[in-house]
Amino acid sequence: MTRIWLLITGVLAIIVFATSLLVVIPNTMIGQVRVPSQLAPYTGQQARGRAVYVAQGCVYCHSQQVRDPVYTSDKDRGWGPRATVPSDYVYDKPHQLGTMRTGPDLINIGVRQPSDQWHHTHLFNPRSLMPWSIMPAFPYLYDVRDSSSLKPGEVFYSVAGGKLPTGKVIVPTADADALVAYLKSLKRTYPVPTGNEPAARSIGGRSEQTMP
Amino acid sequence: MTATLSPHVVELTTSITDLENLDIRLRADASSRQVALRAISFSVIWLIIGSAFGLMASFKLHMPDWLVSSPVLTFGRIRSAHLNAMAYGWASSAMLGVSVWIIPRLVHTELRVPKAAEAGLYIWNIGMVLGIVGILAGYSDGLEWLEMPRYWADPFFVIGGGLVGLSLLSTIAMREVEHLYVSVWYILAAFIWFPIIFVIGNWPTFSGVESAAVNWFYAHNALGLWLTPVCLAAAYYFIPKILGRPIYSYQLSLLGFWTLGFFYSLNGMHHLIGGPLPTWMITTSIVASGLMIIPVMAVGVNQHMTLNKRFGALRYSPTLRFIVFGSVAYTLVSLQGVFMAFREVNRLTHFTHVTVAHAHLGLYSFVTMIMFGSIYYILPRLLGREWVSEKLISWHFWTVGIGQIVYLVPLTVAGMVQGVAMADPTSTWEQVVKAMMPGLIGRSVGGTLLTIGHCVFAYHVWLMFRGARSRQGLPPFHEVAPIITRRTKASFVSGGAA
Repeated sequence: MTRIWLLITGVLAIIVFATSLLVVIPNTMIGQVRVPSQLAPYTGQQARGRAVYVAQGCVYCHSQQVRDPVYTSDKDRGWGPRATVPSDYVYDKPHQLGTMRTGPDLINIGVRQPSDQWHHTHLFNPRSLMPWSIMPAFPYLYDVRDSSSLKPGEVFYSVAGGKLPTGKVIVPTADADALVAYLKSLKRTYPVPTGNEPAARSIGGRSEQTMP
Repeated sequence: MTATLSPHVVELTTSITDLENLDIRLRADASSRQVALRAISFSVIWLIIGSAFGLMASFKLHMPDWLVSSPVLTFGRIRSAHLNAMAYGWASSAMLGVSVWIIPRLVHTELRVPKAAEAGLYIWNIGMVLGIVGILAGYSDGLEWLEMPRYWADPFFVIGGGLVGLSLLSTIAMREVEHLYVSVWYILAAFIWFPIIFVIGNWPTFSGVESAAVNWFYAHNALGLWLTPVCLAAAYYFIPKILGRPIYSYQLSLLGFWTLGFFYSLNGMHHLIGGPLPTWMITTSIVASGLMIIPVMAVGVNQHMTLNKRFGALRYSPTLRFIVFGSVAYTLVSLQGVFMAFREVNRLTHFTHVTVAHAHLGLYSFVTMIMFGSIYYILPRLLGREWVSEKLISWHFWTVGIGQIVYLVPLTVAGMVQGVAMADPTSTWEQVVKAMMPGLIGRSVGGTLLTIGHCVFAYHVWLMFRGARSRQGLPPFHEVAPIITRRTKASFVSGGAA
């Protein structure tokens, strides 16, 4: 090759083509996805919890997507009644779909684990509930206190599994409360709103997806 | 020079051209010396920092109560600090150095606007420091490969990379050769592609599944349109250079270059197979991933045929040993990637540690090994002295060589077991976690070996900068006879890093 301008033109053409196909065109199509009526925007506290989730890097071990039941066991594992669709994620910025499942999928964790007690003791130390768990402990999200020092009305949790000395309890920080509020909000179990959503269907509603 | 000449004639002309070009090479090296040396020093510092993060993250996966008292050291932050320190700190800084060193040599002129290149390198590394601190402090953007804070770290990479690119482009524009060698195409393309994809990847308006699509559009292109082309450029430069014979086929290089750009740039959505994206997008990426077999085989065959009947040279040239290791790994990782993109395979390997092993076969066995090889060649020429110790080079090669096997094999196998266990809804999550454990522990052992190798390498580089000299003042492997090919004694080429 001897012509530098030909080289530069070709190189630019490649990236313009790829960007058009995978960024610009989908942007115009997905941009039309309607918001499902059963999906509420995150509250202030849930949004703060989502930021805590992002900052701790939960995504490196937990996905947030249920794949097509036709060719994966995601549904049979109890991770959700259906495959998730673009409209399930309209409020998610940045996305946390994930690429790794060192831990289980979390897109419906709010359905599976609605208990504050479970979430807080699990986050404080996962091995207090499951000795085989390899999830990191997050003690910095909690204040460890003497049960005698608690003020009336203060919310506290005791931790099982010998992970705290007797007489000690944990009091969630605002971040921990927010994170649990976010986790409990993760529910995508309503039916896919395909009927009133032409845009979603035209770009590949799950009902149309088949095994290759 | 064409490949149709007999090997004897080719080598004769090579050595005459070499003499004529000696002066050009000295001028080229002098012009890029300062930037390249700085870049190599920065890269080695990031290599050590990145190794520490990587090792810590690896141990945390089987020692989950280790170092949990501070959010700065939590797994999710250390892991992304590792990825960013390695991809943008170590590999990219090394690539900046290798690029500014190779281009002037290939276009037979001095590096133009070297001040811009040097400023670019500093700006890039300031961005690195801000980015890593940002991640550790909890200001990640939350997108894999794009964690460094969008507004106070990322602009440094666009400006820094752009300035180095500007210097390279000016150099190529002022070239004193008619023909542009294949390495020039790859490097020029990479420096044009990187700022574009990095800006698109960081564009702040996307949300939901669009954000996922753009995330993986960028992340796969960071490998395919940034790291890969520069490393292929280095392999295309050093293999013929050290062997003293031209590249096997010009046509194959052309084919490999254009198909790499065209197909690789469409690969990204295969990270989201089965996910909530329009099916056509994912299918496009699966098809493009399958077509990657064309550039991969073109490059693989071209480099293999160039090496053909000269594999003996690997024993004498540390550079060649690392580069050939990396080139073979490129073929392997790419073919593995083709298979992993097929839905039937992906439904099992997706979301497992097979992906992590695959990423390391690419980023380590290919990219990192090529950069090691390049630094082994470049540093003695820029510092005007030989590597101090043959033993340290051997220790480096074998610790990282064995370390990679210990890292990759158990992790891949454990990832497959993990995938099979996850696909079976009757297996509990406890069983899935226990299936991963041998691989996670194997990775820590392998990672420890790699880190030992990196420390040996960093120590050796430090000795070089400090001005230490080998005891005899002779190059490593100097006592080894020049490579005699099976064909004839006349095919005489000098080996080693000399």
